[in-house]
Amino acid sequence: MTNLSRRNLLTGAASLGLGASIIGTASAATKLKAAFVYVGPVGDFGYSYQHDQGRLEMQKALGDKVETSFLESVPEAGSEQTFAQLARSGHDLIFGTSFGYMDPMVKVSKQYPKVKFEHATGYKRTPNLSTYSAKFHEGRYVIGQIAGKMTKNNTIGYIAAFPIPEVVSGINAFMLGAQSVNPGIKLKIIWANVWFDPGKEADAAKVLLSQGCDIICQHTDSAAPLQVVEKAGKHGFGQSSDMARFAPKAILTSIVDHWGGYYIKRTQAVLDGTWKSTDTWGGMDLDMVRMAPFTNMPDNVKAMAVATSAAIKADKLNPFHGPIVKQDGTIAAKAGDVVADKDILSMNWYVKGIDDKLPS
Amino acid sequence: MSSVFFQAVAATIIASSIPLILAAIGELVAERSGMLNLGVEGMMLMGAVCGFIGAYFSGSTLIGALCGVAAGMAMAALYGLLTIGFAVNQVAAGLALTIFGQGLSGLVGAHFVGLKRDGAPHLHLPWLSDLPYIGHMLFGEDGFAYVAVGLVAGVAWFLRYSRAGLDLRAVGDNPASAHALGMPVGGIRLKAVLFGGACAGLSGAYLTLAYTPFWSPGLSAGRGWIALALVVFASWKPWRVVLGALLFGGATILQLQAQALGIRLPSQMLSALPYVVTILALILLNLRRNRGSLTPAALGLPFVADT
Repeated sequence: MTNLSRRNLLTGAASLGLGASIIGTASAATKLKAAFVYVGPVGDFGYSYQHDQGRLEMQKALGDKVETSFLESVPEAGSEQTFAQLARSGHDLIFGTSFGYMDPMVKVSKQYPKVKFEHATGYKRTPNLSTYSAKFHEGRYVIGQIAGKMTKNNTIGYIAAFPIPEVVSGINAFMLGAQSVNPGIKLKIIWANVWFDPGKEADAAKVLLSQGCDIICQHTDSAAPLQVVEKAGKHGFGQSSDMARFAPKAILTSIVDHWGGYYIKRTQAVLDGTWKSTDTWGGMDLDMVRMAPFTNMPDNVKAMAVATSAAIKADKLNPFHGPIVKQDGTIAAKAGDVVADKDILSMNWYVKGIDDKLPS
Repeated sequence: MSSVFFQAVAATIIASSIPLILAAIGELVAERSGMLNLGVEGMMLMGAVCGFIGAYFSGSTLIGALCGVAAGMAMAALYGLLTIGFAVNQVAAGLALTIFGQGLSGLVGAHFVGLKRDGAPHLHLPWLSDLPYIGHMLFGEDGFAYVAVGLVAGVAWFLRYSRAGLDLRAVGDNPASAHALGMPVGGIRLKAVLFGGACAGLSGAYLTLAYTPFWSPGLSAGRGWIALALVVFASWKPWRVVLGALLFGGATILQLQAQALGIRLPSQMLSALPYVVTILALILLNLRRNRGSLTPAALGLPFVADT
């Protein structure tokens, strides 16, 4: 038996693609060369797709001054070699968009101190490695309010991927939003323990519907749950990108990741020579989180959603404003206070009113 | 809890079992002829993407399903060429087929991501579908469910009672003797592999046409591997494939139900439940079995005629 493994083959394929891109860009020596590394295919219409939309927006905005390229479906395990090759082949700015690229990027950034690196969703920085992420929970507060208004039997289903802080803070923000308009709301949570398995996500949606949920919210990547609620004549929300095409009658809105503005800003900083290693955690204020059009809801609910989004964008409303009581009865934030960013980024508790035990 | 609730649960369990039944029954036939094809996942993905494309352009679920079957068979033919024609190691060829299928399906389907079509209609059988309690559950499925049950019944009959089925089992157990008796070992094995490919392709088409009606790369999410395990679980007996698939699907759906009901068990443990149940059932079946398993004696061994 040969030692043929998926990882070897994929790494091989990634290096081949890399070879091609180096040849393709060799002629343009004066332009800034920016490379993007994605963990999934750009055609996933989800997380990696949205990053690539950001790349295209940056390319369009900066035009001749920059030349961009990307590598898709790069497995996290073999990524160190990929980043090193990109750095060696004359790229000035390299974006890595998956959490698992963190340690490889830290290592490679030290080996190539002149190259600028940007890592999405990580927390380790070096003098030439920045980190950035988005406050997706702000969008979840808005959809929580919508769900709280739209539900007829006060029971909402929530399909969650993994009990990591991003997902947990999303559930809490959703619940706080829902409670702000409907104190009696009940949340049924299913942990799918996958990011992407359309069949299992659809099954989870069917199960939640069978238990009386009339609105389904998802923090997993496929459009399958939306298709299930569309067929059942109920309502749901899209994830990462505007998923209206999958469920035109069922969709209320989508939380859209928007990276273009950040990519323009950071690339411009390299061009201007003002780039510094920083940590950016932006939400609606920096236009990193957007809401897709509000549809299939009465005008007053829509007006409320628009107003809430505007208030968050203008920094007048923080989804984690006090008073917030944890599930165990302790105080997370007093009235007038907010939960600190670092506590949101490491959130491992539920707010009061959620009848579920957090898997640990 | 109303009977409507239980019917909904049962319908969900059946729907999640169908892709496993379809893929496993095809693989069972291939393995009974001695061919261990680990490429089920790859064939399924090709069936899924080609089925979706076929249905998208033709507007017909049936044509889509046939496209899926054809794609699965084409992949299986490639595997047959390697393993039967060139006597390549079956494990290596099967793994390569899976990796190839994952890549090729992504490429073929690149322009079809994000498109959608309506799911396959549920057939309404007059009288039967209207039976109280079981009517909707047993006779309200889409066409794939009936095909799956029909295939299992057909395979069970074929292997047990037909002359060709006897030949196929002989080839799987002792290809040298079968060859000495004048049986076309390569030809029989190729047909069995093609049948396996057709079933895997149909299973993939079920995913994109009925279960979650859209295409996205890698959407089978490991179901091909579960189908492979089910064949072993079933001890290569056709009806046990149905049992195993329902058990696995049932455990999957019930753990989701338990979570939504707020039963306070760790969700990771509940997620592992279907696998635990399947392994336990496998152990129990082996403990009480006093006659030998039906494992084909020549499973995975290439056969090259001397002459």
